[in-house]
Amino acid sequence: MKTYSYYPGCSQLSSAEEYGVSALEVADALGIRLETLPDWNCCGASSAHMTNHLLAVSLPGRNLARARERGGDLVVVCAACYHNLKKAQTEILEDEKLARRVEAVVGADPRFRGRIVHLLDVIAEEVGLEDLVEKVTRPLEGLKPVSYYGCLMVRPRGMITSDDPDNPRLMDDLMTALGAEVKNWSYKTDCCGGSLSLTRTDVVVKLVNRLFEAAEEAGGNCIVVACPMCLANLEMRQREGRLSFKLEHDLPVFFFTEMLGLALGLPGAEEWFTRHLIDPLPLLYGAGLA
Amino acid sequence: MINALSPSLEREVEERSGEKVRLCYQCGKCSTGCLFNFAMDILPHQVMKLVQYGQKERLLSSHTIWICAACETCTARCPNDIDVAGVMDTLRAMALDEGVKPAEKNIPLFHQCFLGNIQATGRISEPILMGSYKTLSGDLASDIGLAVKMLAKGKIKLIPSLVKDRREVRRIFKESKR
Repeated sequence: MKTYSYYPGCSQLSSAEEYGVSALEVADALGIRLETLPDWNCCGASSAHMTNHLLAVSLPGRNLARARERGGDLVVVCAACYHNLKKAQTEILEDEKLARRVEAVVGADPRFRGRIVHLLDVIAEEVGLEDLVEKVTRPLEGLKPVSYYGCLMVRPRGMITSDDPDNPRLMDDLMTALGAEVKNWSYKTDCCGGSLSLTRTDVVVKLVNRLFEAAEEAGGNCIVVACPMCLANLEMRQREGRLSFKLEHDLPVFFFTEMLGLALGLPGAEEWFTRHLIDPLPLLYGAGLA
Repeated sequence: MINALSPSLEREVEERSGEKVRLCYQCGKCSTGCLFNFAMDILPHQVMKLVQYGQKERLLSSHTIWICAACETCTARCPNDIDVAGVMDTLRAMALDEGVKPAEKNIPLFHQCFLGNIQATGRISEPILMGSYKTLSGDLASDIGLAVKMLAKGKIKLIPSLVKDRREVRRIFKESKR
């Protein structure tokens, strides 16, 4: 197995610690070696590109310069970090004038030519779904997830080639391989409004509750995500909807790495589930998975 | 609404964004697919038209430029390959550069707090970000229950994770200021 540089992203050290921990433990169990990029910084998220283009390329640029020094490919787990790093890389490699400006701003060469890959892709490529089935010790029977990619993972225009931007399937296939009964729905890449969660909560509550409604309509009993902003937003903003929506939505939301850890029988898995705002344990107990 | 025209707006936006706004033929796919259209005062396809028409004032003082969450659904679907979300970024940056009073006061304030957090510590720390945003916006009451719950679940770390070489980060902010 290859060794990759790994960009954790801010959320994975705090609000989505269970994502960061489960990602590392799952990768380790699957023989994928992830080495954390030394002294990485925040990618700038939405706030940088919405206000200052040069800053939005230079903040990821510092990380790209570090990845370049180390060589090899760079693995990311947060959809927003992935999007920003990949977008910055594409702009830097396609526009030499910009690359020189970023180099001056960062004080290092940001022309990283390795691949930037989401952990989901790495697992599919390195392990393969067929081999993954063999490693499952606890099939996720009783779980009926809808897979929610969110907007940013499949969006960088012309940059994502591994999956269909309108109807991505990789996470569905992965969950099927783990023994879950995946439900199809048409909200896979609809935005949850994460960047407006604190500022226009009213708008976000509508979007989030529509997602929960659609997931239930599709017959799902949980939602699986690959983005810490999506998970935080779905968990945080579903409750405000109680007053304005007929039903109370309390479908648990999981990171795909948590599902992997559970199916692979990793010992730490139960610890991760205690950190969720929507308690997933009743569902897991009901399915005999916890 | 009658406004002074800025005939150079289309060129300015095209130069800054690298997008050919003039190619928009008003099919409306961006507005139809936009998940935030219900909260906008000007729909995305209208934004494209108003850029072509030089309606700078209306655009830079609109709610739309701040409501757009940059999910890029519009960009992914544009038949003329215009990065509509990229044009929104350009309009936001122009509004800030020109000191236009934002129709959505709290959204640019949030970005300012977010970037201030990165400039200080190199990484986002929820107590710093939420503390500064809640204080400056005056919106102290909402989300207190949520913050308590997040603390209890260990989702808010009181000790922030820091970039060691924070001089490098400060340098990026200093050098990328226009």
